[in-house]
Amino acid sequence: MNNKDVVIIGGGAAGLAAAVACRERGIEDILIIERESALGGILKQCIHDGFGLIKFQHSYTGPEYAQKYIDQVEERNIEYLLDSMVIDITSQKVLTVVNKSGLKKYKAKSIILAMGCRERTRGAIGIPGTRPAGIYTAGVAQNLINIHNYMIGKEVVILGSGDIGLIMARRLMLEGATVKMVLELLPYGSGLPRNFNQCLSDYDIPLHLNHTVVDIKGNKRVEAITMAKVDPHGKVTLSTCQEVPCDTLLLSVGLIPENELSKMAGIQMDPLTGGALVDEYGQTTVKGIFACGNVLQVHDIVDNVSLEAEHIVNGVERYFSSLVIPENNIKIEPGEGLRYVLPQHIQYLDDTVFSFRVKKPGNKKQIIFRNDHRIIKKKSFIRVNPAEMIRIKLTSSELSDISDSKLLKVELNE
Amino acid sequence: MSRNTDNHFDVIIIGAGVVGCSIARELSRFKVRVAVLEKESDVGWGSSCRNSGVIHAGFNNQPGTLMAKYCVEGNQSFHSLVEELDVPFQKTGKLVVAKNNREIAGLKKLKKQGECNGVKNLDIIDEQEIKKLEPNIKGVAALLSPETGITSPYLYTIALAENALKNGVQFYLDTEVENIEKKSSGDFVLKTQNKQFIADYLINSAGVYCDEIAKMADIDHYRIYPCRGEYYVLDKNASSLISHLIYPVPNIEEGGLGIHLTPTVDGNVLIGPSNEYLNKKNDYAVTTEIVQKLFQEAQEYLPGISSKYFIRNYAGIRAKQTPPLQGGYRDYVIEKSEKVPNMINLIGIESPGLTAAYPIAKQVVTMIDKKEKLSPNPDFNPSRKSILRFEEQDEKTKRKLVEQDSDYGEVICRCEQVTKKEILQAIDNPLGARSLISIKYRSRAMMGRCQGGYCQTRIMELLKEKYNYRWNDFLLRGSESYMLTGNRSNGEPAL
Repeated sequence: MNNKDVVIIGGGAAGLAAAVACRERGIEDILIIERESALGGILKQCIHDGFGLIKFQHSYTGPEYAQKYIDQVEERNIEYLLDSMVIDITSQKVLTVVNKSGLKKYKAKSIILAMGCRERTRGAIGIPGTRPAGIYTAGVAQNLINIHNYMIGKEVVILGSGDIGLIMARRLMLEGATVKMVLELLPYGSGLPRNFNQCLSDYDIPLHLNHTVVDIKGNKRVEAITMAKVDPHGKVTLSTCQEVPCDTLLLSVGLIPENELSKMAGIQMDPLTGGALVDEYGQTTVKGIFACGNVLQVHDIVDNVSLEAEHIVNGVERYFSSLVIPENNIKIEPGEGLRYVLPQHIQYLDDTVFSFRVKKPGNKKQIIFRNDHRIIKKKSFIRVNPAEMIRIKLTSSELSDISDSKLLKVELNE
Repeated sequence: MSRNTDNHFDVIIIGAGVVGCSIARELSRFKVRVAVLEKESDVGWGSSCRNSGVIHAGFNNQPGTLMAKYCVEGNQSFHSLVEELDVPFQKTGKLVVAKNNREIAGLKKLKKQGECNGVKNLDIIDEQEIKKLEPNIKGVAALLSPETGITSPYLYTIALAENALKNGVQFYLDTEVENIEKKSSGDFVLKTQNKQFIADYLINSAGVYCDEIAKMADIDHYRIYPCRGEYYVLDKNASSLISHLIYPVPNIEEGGLGIHLTPTVDGNVLIGPSNEYLNKKNDYAVTTEIVQKLFQEAQEYLPGISSKYFIRNYAGIRAKQTPPLQGGYRDYVIEKSEKVPNMINLIGIESPGLTAAYPIAKQVVTMIDKKEKLSPNPDFNPSRKSILRFEEQDEKTKRKLVEQDSDYGEVICRCEQVTKKEILQAIDNPLGARSLISIKYRSRAMMGRCQGGYCQTRIMELLKEKYNYRWNDFLLRGSESYMLTGNRSNGEPAL
């Protein structure tokens, strides 16, 4: 058994930032465990720019952004394992890791979960039709094109307007493929507004809102898809079915936090985020295990992942200190109009950033933090969009106003 | 029986499904030159990989039928068979659940029928006993069949084929029979796209295409009506919901067993199959209406099922002899043709074909042996090993495996914890089937909840590394199912 102060699972954006922050706080004995053969996570294949605007006030590509953190990990001699998979983790914080050199056990004082997320697949949303070659999730297509230098199709239809799908629409156009259209089930786009402009409008790729794929044709390779309109209740209008010849269907239909290991450790999950239930420092229901990045909540931009990872290290530091942790147990609940709120509970009453997403886009809205009938904080927005994660800070003094009911509701109001 | 020429065989089997591969293996016990011709790029790609994976006990079939006889025999001999072949088999038991009191009569009928067929240990249990066995299932009574079990239908078919291959049977994949000619010498001449074959005996185990193969040999009184069944595959997280196979009381007119819930040997749960006659024999599409229906019907038994468990759909096609208006079942036809000597036709081998395949194969061999007095193959080895699954080993064994071979230390498929070693073994399979689907069936990589999102590109890297694949060599499911359309910007692939 090897002992470690902090074991970080995942060497992507969250894991790297957490590792650097841990070392900054004087934690020496850190180990990053990465399953791939290089650090950087999904950023490695995101060769477009737009990363780092918040953190560095500069637009970097994904690999450049990752490299800034990889350099810091290297400079600080933070230990990491590559090509290593954590296959088991217990609530006692014992990790089983397998790699070419063997099967090893680590006993960690603290664990930081930074495993990221995976893409929702065709099977998960049950798209009817045949199952030929030529159906890819956007991320797999991105990997094949950007990392492996292959082309995955010539005539492409994209289902779902998530950011990776939009980025890939542009990428495929630049590589000589034709992106015929992007179909989106919802009455509004799922990606960031800037990506609709830079990736669709600039390339004359049509976006069809309220549309979905109701059939896939072809036995060997995709030959066509059938698109159809959906009514406001999400029901397909069969009279609107239209066949679109294509050889590729790309899916960008959502991301799911990758929490199989968290569940093994007995951590309680939040069905709303698909991630762990945490306090304001990312501590899960298993003391000493923390979560950050896309494994906790699917982020909109990587800068927020780094910020979140750096923030939760405060929690790790406190966990190591002999300070008595206050147990205020204030529960946070998303009210009307919000998909979720993080953290789900708070203990310390320090200045705390709450992050959440709205369910629908809207103009002139207010976010209200309410304790019983009292309004703790109110913030107005000209426009809200589910694609963008909203972050609002409540100060320590605002939080100390919370009364005995210990329930803080976050609502979206007109 | 013995031949020397390259393309002349004592017996040619058309169709490498579970029945064709079983016959091939049974024949390899004797000194017979056997070839199996398969139109697909791997064995078992028809109905054999597209079913519920159930080893039925035999109470669903009418007494006196071949279906009943071979099903019961198949069930009772399956355990020793899979010991030889190293194929997973779990006797999970099955519950046929009556949703209301009216359906109880159906249970009694099934029990009586099963007992008449020789099925052991059948019992009718009440609501309380159902709750004890299956706390999540709703029902007023159920028929409990402890002899019913589950296997992996594709691993079973692959195992049969690999063992037959090892014992001397030749497999020709991507080899579709286009024409059959019966020479005056008695020989069959089979034309395929690239090669001509000659055979003394011809066995037609072409599944849904058996009527068309028969017709090529001028036997035109068989008719197959393709009948599609669609399925949902649920995440392993759903495996705790049920431990038995859960079936409704069958509707005899429909000719299916009804939409049921089946645990798989890998820990998933299947919902399906539906029952829908088609005009085409290769339309494996799933449809919106049926997918929704499957989900609704499954919820009637298991309210805990939700869409968050969905990971994949698939469909299979039954080789039914009964036309759509008639429905129901017609018994298997396993016969030597009177019109065309030395041709054996296997017609309408639908459910319980997976269970019945082994006794059917023995029957076919008996039919040939009767006439030819086959001499045993002294080198026949009934044993065969499957790819060892790293995930299923205890920690000590895992540790040892990595020490022995570092390829066990590289987990390629995270969801199913499949290592590089297993994937390389799958790629190097003895039949030489190297489509991604072939690797998936053999290794379980790409079968988990991310459906290859993580491992697919890594498996492609291994194929490139090992076989120097170019872009157009990567196939999903046999010839022309290209994964890729070229190299990027004429650049060299960086794999």
